[in-house]
Amino acid sequence: MSVRRLAANQPDSFEFTPENAEWANGQIAKYPMGRQASAIIPLFWRAQKQAGGWLPEPAIRYVADLLGMDYIRALEVATFYTMFNLQPVGEHFVQLCGTTPCWLRGADELKEVCRKHIGPEGQVSADGKFSWLEVECLGACANAPMVQINDDFYEDLDIARFEKVLDGLRAGREMTPGPQNGRHSSEPLGPLTSLTSIPTSSGESK
Amino acid sequence: MLEDKDRIFTNLYGLGEKGLSGARKRGDWDGTAAIIAKGRDWIIDEMKKSGLRGRGGAGFPTGLKWSFMPKDSGGRPHYLVVNADESEPGTCKDREIMRHDPQKLIEGCLIASFAMGAHVCYIYVRGEFIREREALQAAVDEAYAAGLLGKNAAGSGWDFDLYVHHGAGAYICGEETALLESLEGKKGMPRLKPPFPANMGLYGAPTTVNNVESIAVAPTILRRGADWFAGLGRPNNTGTKIFSISGHVNRPCNVEEEMGISLRELIDKHAGGVRGGWDNLLAVIPGGSSVPMIPKAVCDDILMDFDSLKAAQTGLGTAAVIVMDKSTDLIKAIARISAFYKHESCGQCTPCREGTGWMWRMMEHMASGEATIAEIDMLLDVTKRVEGHTICALGDAAAWPIQGLMRHFRHVVEERIVSHQGGHAQVAAE
Repeated sequence: MSVRRLAANQPDSFEFTPENAEWANGQIAKYPMGRQASAIIPLFWRAQKQAGGWLPEPAIRYVADLLGMDYIRALEVATFYTMFNLQPVGEHFVQLCGTTPCWLRGADELKEVCRKHIGPEGQVSADGKFSWLEVECLGACANAPMVQINDDFYEDLDIARFEKVLDGLRAGREMTPGPQNGRHSSEPLGPLTSLTSIPTSSGESK
Repeated sequence: MLEDKDRIFTNLYGLGEKGLSGARKRGDWDGTAAIIAKGRDWIIDEMKKSGLRGRGGAGFPTGLKWSFMPKDSGGRPHYLVVNADESEPGTCKDREIMRHDPQKLIEGCLIASFAMGAHVCYIYVRGEFIREREALQAAVDEAYAAGLLGKNAAGSGWDFDLYVHHGAGAYICGEETALLESLEGKKGMPRLKPPFPANMGLYGAPTTVNNVESIAVAPTILRRGADWFAGLGRPNNTGTKIFSISGHVNRPCNVEEEMGISLRELIDKHAGGVRGGWDNLLAVIPGGSSVPMIPKAVCDDILMDFDSLKAAQTGLGTAAVIVMDKSTDLIKAIARISAFYKHESCGQCTPCREGTGWMWRMMEHMASGEATIAEIDMLLDVTKRVEGHTICALGDAAAWPIQGLMRHFRHVVEERIVSHQGGHAQVAAE
């Protein structure tokens, strides 16, 4: 378990934009009548996006009201699931996988990069552009070490490649997510060892 | 070695044509209505005959699981829930299915749901897989547009709705009843069993929870026949499996191989060998972070399937192979896994909530050498008091890696403690 508390400074109120409100109704419709609480995670997630990457306390109440849930039940969900940021994060929120498969391939070095280029863990950089957090296994172990920045995975990192990604984002450049070592996805780097007789998208057999 | 003609996931790496049309060219959705026309009993029987064991870690026979769904539920709906909360450290296979071969999963959902009398299926994708969720949703939308989902899905006469749902970063939601709690909008805390989900699952209705890979292989098994699948691998360990190979190998990758392939062949052929050569191997965690590690001597000739690995006091788990070469600090590697379980314990059961934190702190002491020799047995004793004393298997999963370390590398832990004490003695003498 991890200790998770609401931020000291909270906005006064929260309300979905009309687009998000409509989207929320579509989500609620996925579940049977009377089971609208099922939509709480997707709605929190959208609220977090709208609020700039973190989930303010008024948003928790707002979603609870929307779903007809007791505030305490909604608060339980917000504090249980670690992807809900209860404190503000940077514009580019870096989640660095530190679990053993990434650790074996250099996650500690990437943590140093974060400390050097962003600052202490969990603090938003002075320019508001970055914050970082060590997280548990993100499920891209064959592409370790890796980080998630907002919605995207950046994989097959080393110090230089990671610095390049961070520098690019800081300069406002569009960066290409995925493997940073020339791989397409999780095939072995270099010649394929399987699926060699299957046509690729270009129509040729590899 | 498995030949391409026997591979199920022919677009595992996403190198083939994208979208539904590409999937159809690779054979997906071919004769789905005809498979469904053969009836529930035939489908479940064929799945049983194929010998498919669940690909999510526990290895429970899939056909048997499907047969547990009641035939008549007195008007209660039935649900299929697909567990795509892939979070076991080392495991990254379902991700590839969702983003590169999603139509196999979607077709499997229809067939499995029909076989269990379910008109609705939810796929629960782990929260961090945002792009994968988008890819899967796009594939679902495409299938709806083509009439493969919805009313009279794929012309089968079966009405079927498929929804993509997601979590928000809780490993425990990979446990099937925690997943159901989460899907109902609550904290992901596992339920006591019985009642089992087949009788009382999602919203109190009969529910079956299956892993992504288990569902995605079903259409191919039913098209090619149970005998084909059962002819691959070894008895009780049949078919093909996606292996995720990570850690100290030259070319980490996912690869679909035959069950029962030797660990050495798997690593040498597909992952470019162990960094520094096979003799530089120290130990392997063969099935995701929950299973005990095995030392090189065991790795030399072990086969990668449920029964072989069980006989070696470990497990196939999710077939996530984490390779560690001789440069690895094994104690730190396991301490990091202990930190993972401490972080992911849901806090419901005291032995796990308190035990995972205690085991992690002890493992940190072992890693720095600050522990005492007597504390090794104390730590093992605590792992035994956590294991088997909790509602779900997270407690077991936290205990086993430590037990595996001490079973094979206790001397390394002892050496570190002794050398640390020696260091202290010298400081004291100065």
